[in-house]
Amino acid sequence: MAGRKSPWGGGSGGGSGGGSGRGPEDGDGPAGEGEDSGSGPPDQDRPGSGKSGGPRNPWLPPGSGDGPRRTPNIEDIFRSRGPEGPRRRGGPGGPGFRLPPRPGGKSWFPVAVAAIVGIWVLVSSTHQVQPKEQGMVTWFGGKYSRSMTPGLNFTLPWPIQQVTVENVSEIRPLRIGTEGEKLILTGDQNLVDLSYLVRWKIKDLTQFSYQLDNPELTLAEVGESAMRASVAEQDLDAVVSGEGRSDIEAGVRQRMQAVLDAYKSGIAIEGVAIEKADPPTKVVEAFKAVSAAQQEANATRNRSRAYAQQVLARAQGDAAAFDQIYAQYKLAPEVTRRRLYYETMESVLGKVDKTVIEAPGVTPYLPLPEVKRRAVEAAPPTIVTGPKGN
Amino acid sequence: MSFWQTHKPSLIALGLLAAALLSTVIIVPETKQAVIIRTGEPVSVVNQFSPRKPFGSTGAGIWWRLPIIDRVQYVDRRILNLDMQPQQVLSNDQQRLQVDAYARFRIIDPVLMVESAVSEDNLRAQLAPILSSVLRQELGRRPFAALLTAERGTAMANIRAALDRQARQYGAQVIDVRIKRADLPDGSPLETAFTRMQTDRQAESETIKARGEKDAQIIRAEAEAEAARIYAEAYGKDPEFYDFYRAMQSYRSTFLGGEGQSSIILSPDNEYLRQFRGRR
Repeated sequence: MAGRKSPWGGGSGGGSGGGSGRGPEDGDGPAGEGEDSGSGPPDQDRPGSGKSGGPRNPWLPPGSGDGPRRTPNIEDIFRSRGPEGPRRRGGPGGPGFRLPPRPGGKSWFPVAVAAIVGIWVLVSSTHQVQPKEQGMVTWFGGKYSRSMTPGLNFTLPWPIQQVTVENVSEIRPLRIGTEGEKLILTGDQNLVDLSYLVRWKIKDLTQFSYQLDNPELTLAEVGESAMRASVAEQDLDAVVSGEGRSDIEAGVRQRMQAVLDAYKSGIAIEGVAIEKADPPTKVVEAFKAVSAAQQEANATRNRSRAYAQQVLARAQGDAAAFDQIYAQYKLAPEVTRRRLYYETMESVLGKVDKTVIEAPGVTPYLPLPEVKRRAVEAAPPTIVTGPKGN
Repeated sequence: MSFWQTHKPSLIALGLLAAALLSTVIIVPETKQAVIIRTGEPVSVVNQFSPRKPFGSTGAGIWWRLPIIDRVQYVDRRILNLDMQPQQVLSNDQQRLQVDAYARFRIIDPVLMVESAVSEDNLRAQLAPILSSVLRQELGRRPFAALLTAERGTAMANIRAALDRQARQYGAQVIDVRIKRADLPDGSPLETAFTRMQTDRQAESETIKARGEKDAQIIRAEAEAEAARIYAEAYGKDPEFYDFYRAMQSYRSTFLGGEGQSSIILSPDNEYLRQFRGRR
């Protein structure tokens, strides 16, 4: 650091270069005023004075560096601090500045002590309490004195009065049952894996601080006891499905608050929320199977509904077609009947092999190999109609 | 340096005074009761618990003692926690239950506590076995189902009273006893409970499926009945024509719709070939 080119060194050749390097050494108030009143040490190492070989080292006390720039050694530092340091040569504003003697020639020591005590009193007796907070004042950390409301409060200084400030508006969460499985017995002796969140805040800071040995442990235990009591009033289905949840939550809150009030714990329960209510892992498959069965039953119903619609639509279609034809048939029964008959026969017989046996005496010869060949192909029906009686 | 030299005697006096103060003055916090023991005998109690005194007007705060001779033992003034190891309890119908309970107590007679139990931890160690034995006794008189329900009120009151009676001998007052959890013990009771739950669900899912099937059957049957009604209504107008019409439809679908080819051997007597012979 010391060897680098100093930014201060490159300044204009004006006169005040020596003053800037001196500031941090005596940071107190009295030293500051000395800087204005003092004449400053002789600026032997100023740039432009011709003697220094390079930029001035800002870390080096100005009174000490006569030669070319170098890093300060320990001797330099002590020399500038001791009573026989540069003060002997410079004015009261130089490094290693000492307080000017008090009027009357006494020591500054009692004044400094008084100032420190004064600051101490001032700092430790004013307390800013934020709007969400509440404070508690005790005598010597023992006897309770009073509470502090939000705003600026004054007490006797520490250690006469001691102050504890706590956030009382903050709603704190307490989660129970998040890690692992927490099985709780329901009213119908089933088990449910439950996790829940209790939101609480400090109602009375004094009671909260002085009444319970371990408020948070108490809160957790009271919560657990209340939750089990409330779940035991409900059936498993009500807990898992959620219909009984609001009852449980309200019941737990009420129970917890009653117990905590009986303890005078100073805790207010803001709310209880069940985060998870599942069947135990070991039987969760069976529970899933139930909902799967529900779905399956619905699917079966849907399929049969589709079938029903098909059947009905078909019946309606058939009936409508028949009605149409029948209306025509009514107009000319014989002709319509014949027409239908011939049309049907035409299209039926037009596509099939036909053999007409003329004479009644001829024994019909069936070309069996041919029939067999066809049978192998696609098992087509061979229909023989006997001579009709009319 | 000069300060030290000029004020040497007064500084030494100040130091001595501070040492004397420190060994004489005690500060009793609101959360503690202080028992002052003079040569082994408890002589007085500072800030003893009293339910009626609000905080700030209790005996907490600055107190004094004789240096060296007096020893001060602080005893907690707050409600203390007594936890119990989970216990297996046998109900009167021979079912097992894993019970975890807690008690809350307060030391109301610190002198008695110091004499009989010495410290809070020791007192807890004395009370814990009493709590579990009282708990087992009281719950063992009840049926299993009664233990599971929240209506354990009288049982808990009895347990509290019994524990309180014992705790008074140690200068403590039992404020509350509560069952944190009452569970089926691990192993076969828990397993059988799981099995019961499982079979319960299986029965439910089978019932649901069967109900679905039943509904489906009913829906189909109703549709078929309705279709039959529609058919009957339409075709019932002329059964004879229906026979003919349906036969025509049937021929078409039989001979034309089917795969492959059919062979038909016709007799000239066939109705279709009536005109073959040119008869009129």
